[in-house]
This record gives sequence, C-alpha cells and structure tokens, in this order.
Amino acid sequence: MTLRLAVLGLAAGLTLALGSSVDAKTFRYATGSDLLGLDPHSNNEGPTNAMKGNLYEGLLHRKPDLSLQPSLATEWTQTAPDVWRFKLRQGVKFHQGQAFTADDVVFSLARQSQATSDMAYAVASIKEIKKVDDHTIDLVTKGPDPVLLQNLPLFFIMSKSWVEQNNAVTVERGAGKTNFPNINANGTGPFRVVERIPDTRTVLEPNTAWWGHATRTTNITRAVFQPIGNPATRVAALLSGEMDLVYPVPLQDVDRIKAQGGVQVLQGPELRTIFLGFDQWRDESLDMPGSKKNPFKDVRVRKAFYQAIDINAIHRVVMRGASAPTALMVAPGIQGFPEELNKRLPYDPEAAKKLLAEAGYPNGFPVTLDCPNDRYVNDEAICLAIVPMIKRIGIDIKLNAQTRSKHFNKIGRTENNMTSFYMLGWTPGSYDSLNAIMNLMNPESMGTGHAEWNSGRYNNAKVNELSDKIKVETDQLKRNAMIREVFKIHQDEVGHIPLHQQALAWGVRDSVEKVWQRPFDDVDLRFITMK
Amino acid sequence: MLAFIVRRLIQSIIVMLAVAFIAFSLFQFTGDPINNMVGPEASAETRQLLRERLGLDKPFPIQFLHFVGNVVQGEFGVSYRLGMKVEDILVQRLPATLELVAVAALLALAVGVPLGVYTGLHRYGAVSRLMLTLSLVGISLPTFLIGILLILVFAVWLGWLPSFGRGKVVSIGWWTTNFTSWDGFRSIILPAITLSLFQMTLIMRLVRAEMLEVLRTDYIKFARARGLTNRAVNFGHALKNTLVPVITITGLQIGALIAFAIITETVFQWPGMGLLFLQAIQFVDIPVMSSYLVLVAFLFVIINLVVDLLYYAVDPRLRIDRAAVGAH
Repeated sequence: MTLRLAVLGLAAGLTLALGSSVDAKTFRYATGSDLLGLDPHSNNEGPTNAMKGNLYEGLLHRKPDLSLQPSLATEWTQTAPDVWRFKLRQGVKFHQGQAFTADDVVFSLARQSQATSDMAYAVASIKEIKKVDDHTIDLVTKGPDPVLLQNLPLFFIMSKSWVEQNNAVTVERGAGKTNFPNINANGTGPFRVVERIPDTRTVLEPNTAWWGHATRTTNITRAVFQPIGNPATRVAALLSGEMDLVYPVPLQDVDRIKAQGGVQVLQGPELRTIFLGFDQWRDESLDMPGSKKNPFKDVRVRKAFYQAIDINAIHRVVMRGASAPTALMVAPGIQGFPEELNKRLPYDPEAAKKLLAEAGYPNGFPVTLDCPNDRYVNDEAICLAIVPMIKRIGIDIKLNAQTRSKHFNKIGRTENNMTSFYMLGWTPGSYDSLNAIMNLMNPESMGTGHAEWNSGRYNNAKVNELSDKIKVETDQLKRNAMIREVFKIHQDEVGHIPLHQQALAWGVRDSVEKVWQRPFDDVDLRFITMK
Repeated sequence: MLAFIVRRLIQSIIVMLAVAFIAFSLFQFTGDPINNMVGPEASAETRQLLRERLGLDKPFPIQFLHFVGNVVQGEFGVSYRLGMKVEDILVQRLPATLELVAVAALLALAVGVPLGVYTGLHRYGAVSRLMLTLSLVGISLPTFLIGILLILVFAVWLGWLPSFGRGKVVSIGWWTTNFTSWDGFRSIILPAITLSLFQMTLIMRLVRAEMLEVLRTDYIKFARARGLTNRAVNFGHALKNTLVPVITITGLQIGALIAFAIITETVFQWPGMGLLFLQAIQFVDIPVMSSYLVLVAFLFVIINLVVDLLYYAVDPRLRIDRAAVGAH
C-alpha cells in the first residue's frame, strides 16, 4: 500500500515537473463541431477548412488581414492573359518525408478537380498545370481569371506518392468506402497530426521540418482541438481553465465572461452578410394561391419591406451590439466592396405604408418568412423581431423557422426555391465580390455553378452583362467600377434586403498572448502565441 | 429454457426490422443530408451526383431494403459526417456509454437502496422527510439543467472536476476505459451523477414503498416477536424480500439509462453513442442514425431477456407457474 502510494506520488510529481517545464506551451481550443475529416479535397466546411490550413499548404497563404503571402510558391508572374508561371519552394518535405515537387501540384489539381470533391470550386477556373521543371509550373486558366490568386490558398497540395500508395486518388464521398486521407494527414504545413479521435480530440505538434519553422510566429509546442457541442459547456470549459480559447461564445454570455478575471472576449466583424430575399420570378405568390399576383415583383413593395425593418433595434436588442448593419451584399474587406454605397434606406414605416398603397396593396397581403433556427447567430430571434415590424405596415406575415437541413432544402434548388420571403447568409469563398454576384444575383442560365443561392431568382439583364465582363476583366480599377455598378443597380432595385454582418465572439484566456481573429471565424495556429 | 432464449432472439430480429423500418420512414422528415455534406458553393450537379451516390433519390422502402441487405452482409455503411465506417465508430463509442451507464447504475443502487431502507424505517424522521423532498427535485429537474448546475459548481466555481469529455482513457484491446487513470476517473464523476440522479430517486422511493409494505407483514412481526436483532430483521428479512421488484426495475432502467445518456452525453461532450446519435440527427447522418437505433433496439431486447431470466432465478413461484402453463 505504502509502496503504491509512493509510486503514485512519484508519478504525480513527474507529471507536474513535465507539465511545468519551461518550453511546453500547450494550446487547447474548442468549437461547436468536429472536423468532418482531414482530407483537404473532400469537404468545404468551417472547422474542417481551418484545420486544413494548419496541416496542408497551398501555393499561396492568406494572412489574418486577408492579404496573400507566398507559401509553396515563392514567386509568380503572369506570362499571358491566361498563363501564370509559379516558382515552387525548394527543399520542402511532406510530414512523412516525401520531397515536394511540381508533380505533386499537377497531381493535386487532378484530385481536387474531381466531381466528388467539394473543393473543386476553388480550382474550377484552372484548365491545366504544366510542369516546366521540378520546381517550376505553368498554370493555364480557362480564359483570363482576375481572381485566380484569391482562390489559390484553397488549392491544397498533397503528396502524389503518398496518396497513390494508399489508394486514395479518388475522393470518396458516399460511395460506401472510407477515405484514407480523411483519417490520416500528410501535408507540408507547420503542424502535423499526432492523435485524432473523431468527436473527441485532434492533437497537433509543430512540424519541425517545416520550411518556415525557424521564422515562425507561433510558440506553441502542442495544440489540442476539441469539439464541445453544448454552448454552455463550452463557456464553462473556458471559465474553468480547461480551454485557452473557445468559439463561438453565445452573445448572451459575453458580458458574464467579460466580468470574470483571466478571460476576455474577442469580438470582431465576420465576412458573412445576413440578408433577406424575395421571390421575384413566380407569377403568383406561394402564399396567395388563386390571386394571380406576386407583390414582390413590384420594387415599391420590396422597398416598403426594407423601410419597415428597424435594423438598429435588431442591432441593439437581438444582436446585443454585436453586428454591423449593412446596405450591401458583401462585407468590408471583400475585394470590390464599394464603401460609398454602404448607406441603408432610412427606417420609415409611414413611407413603407405609402409605398404599399401606391403599389396597390393598402391592406397588405399574406406572406411567410422562411428562416433557419440553427445556422446563423440568433437567426430565429432576428426573424421573430422582423415579423412584428412587417406586421406594423399591414402585412399578414407568418414565420416558418426550422432546422438548417430543412430550411436550405426549401429555399434552395432541391425544392425549386419553395419560398416567397427568406433569410440567408453568404460569405464569398474567394474574398471577391464576383463570388457573391454570381451566386446571389445571377440567373441560373448563366452556366454551371452559378446562382445556386439566388433563391428569389433576381434577374437584371444589365447585371448579367456586367457579371460576364467582371469575370474576365483583369484591370483592377475597371473591374471595381463595374462591381460598383452592379451593386448600385441591385441596391436601387432592392434585389435583397441586406441586414448585417454578424460579429465573431471568441472567449480567450490570459494564457494566450496574441491571437489573430480572422474574419472567417477560424483559428490559424501559425499566428497564435502563448505566454 | 434454451427454446425460450432462442425464441426471444428470433423476436429480437423482428423488433430490429420494425425499428429500422419505422426509422427509415421517419428519415423523410429530418431534412436533407446533402446540404450538410457540401459547402455553399457546390453546384446543383454536384448535389445531384452525391444524392445519387448515396441512394437518396430512391423512395424510402428501397432505401430500407438496401440498408437491410447491407446489414445482413455485415455492412452498416459509411457515416456522412465523419466519413468512417459506422461499425468502427459505434465500437469506438460503445465503451464510453457502457462505462457511464454502469457507473450511473451502480451509483443509483449504492445510494438509492440504503436511503430507501432508511426512509422506510424512519418514516417520520426529519432526515427522511428531507430526503424525500430532495428526491422530488431529482425527479422533476431536467437532466440538462442538473448537468449544467454541476458543471457550474464543481468545474467553474470550485475547479475540482473537469467540465467535459472523458479525460485520459486507456485502451485495453478495442475497449477504452476511464478507470485506469485518475484523470479518467475524475471525468466520469459529474456525468455519472447527472445520469444516475433520476434512477437514484426512483430506486429510493421504490425501496421505501416496498419496505413499508414488507414491514407490515406477519413474518416480520413474528421475527420481532422472536427477539431477532433489528439488523437481522431489517436487512436479513425485510430488505431481501423487497429486492425482487427492485432488480426488475433496475434492469429495465438500464435501457432507460442508455436512452437518457443522450442528454447527459451532450451536456458533458461525453464521446459515447448518445452524443453520436444527437450529432447524427443534427447532420441527418442516416447510416449512423439507423445503425444506432437498430443497436439500441437489440440492447433493449437483450436487457429484457436478462431481466426475465433473473426473475426466474430469483422468484421460484414463477417457475412453477410457467410449468403449469406448459402443461395445458
């Protein structure tokens, strides 16, 4: 007994000694859901994408301020309107020792372009990559692509030989087979996976062979990522000191956390814009069967709805100040954001009533607002606040709030945009306005991959024409002028009602010296330093 | 006896088929998994391709038959969310849930039975009244609230116990256990208390009621008249006779514990089957949901079978009845 106690004591002492050794800096962080897997070419989803950037690298890397910096490519020049030459970094090795060459880049393009890859969109404009020599490539795009570089941080390079050896060339999704790289990782990035137990923890350690290791910003020696689904438990884990950083923090807990010592809340703008959309294509509104009328085809009705919404009340009460009301469909920081257009129509219920009367609906009409209840920050609460505001101008409005897997089906293509009035949020994946224009404002007929979420089928010939030009215009000034014009037209027509960009809220312990909060709500470990 | 067990096992197959069928008919209403599987930028073509590959474009009877056909061959499918084989995930999660349920059940018995005896013997004592009042709280407070309260007190305020997760676990073969390390043991305390509270109060009240019943019987009075010690009367005779229904209820409640574990596991981020199931529902992860439901149906059948067998072992009267029925 005494012996056992002594051994236990010794073990405890050892653990303590190890735990407090000078250099050990373990960074523990949590978010609401686990990674969907480690394969960089398989899923396109928040926490999963954030983890990819720790393990894998692209030719370029996006810094926390959204600017681009060299990563696996050291320099690049445009040799023709549709050809780019990239010099690749020399002496780079994958975690398991394979040397990085141009072959890996060529291979990764083929893998990421597969139809089953959810990341294919990021390389959709690339026609082919030609190997010039082991460390030089020529990248050929399908016509001039002004946003190519913006997409390259999402083009992740895998080791050709490693993927082939493990029979994982095909990106498997839903084919009844498991995907080897989804459970194992072998990138060139600054961190490598030491342990991964799905839904429990993913443990990373610095890759000492990383090309940037000597000049790295971070000083952490171990990172433990754990999903904690319940927001209350997540906050408790932060307050009890088991976590160094948790995100997101529920808005109602922000003040309570701030009041505690040793913990702070980091709030900043997110790039996602939350907005409302209208059905502008059906000849008869879904809520008015037999009437042969769709009020939302009239710009006066759309404008009336816009002016009926008191965005400041939503900002103050529902979002507790943690939102940036907006008049535009993209956030500041997105390439092409026209600052001077960011002025909302004034909140004015009387003017709204007048507009409705002019449009021929003095007594209003029935409509249903479709809203998710588990997707955006306080999404259902926002809709609950909007309903009485719209009611006040005489509209017979009902709320249909439901879980995201049902909401997005209803308003999406799956059910043929079965909505008259809906809430949606959008972050342009390429950090460029064109992405929002194509996905939210162009009609379906514009080609593949377009208009996926133009659920109200807004359609303006001039916008479509400009979009086609923006797609290929490489002169940044001209391009921005055209983007501005599109946003102006869309704004004048009240194509959608932009509401706000929600604020990020991260809970951070004092053990963390510096953390960069990237506006896309993820943690880039290479920019985290501990005390 | 053997025939009885075999018959029960055959029944279990019917139960599992029925559960799977009902489950698949309900999956129509849980939403579309495709939206959770692909990013917002995915095109309609990609979505359609994925839908076809998953067989989601087929009507539900076909999906059901497909699932049954695969299960017969030992294939439970691949999780939509985690991209891993469902059987691998379930095997990973099973120990977490079973250990939690075992500790909770033991806790419920170890506290519930003595308290039941005590409150039965001292009907009008102040302590008994206090216990009975407290047990009302245990029965009426929802599990998630108890869990959050415990986290607040023991993890945030006092800092004694971890607020989430299993802590350090040690693998023994495919089984992972909490009991070989101090950290793992500490981690199981709060979730086990949360999970056991309801059963604890239930058992306490049950034992108390049974004790009151038994203490009125003639043989107890006779035992007292013979001058046996209180201890021998209360524990040797009275308690023993209360245990038959307690065993039955406890056995059946183990099934309920597995079911209640969904909430407890979610609050404590306990990586067991309950948490897995809840996440599967949120993600509309059909292979995981259907396999979990079938597995739990199977567990329920097994638990009921064991309870029936125990009943036979404990109560001799049943065996006689059964023989009599058999003679008809």
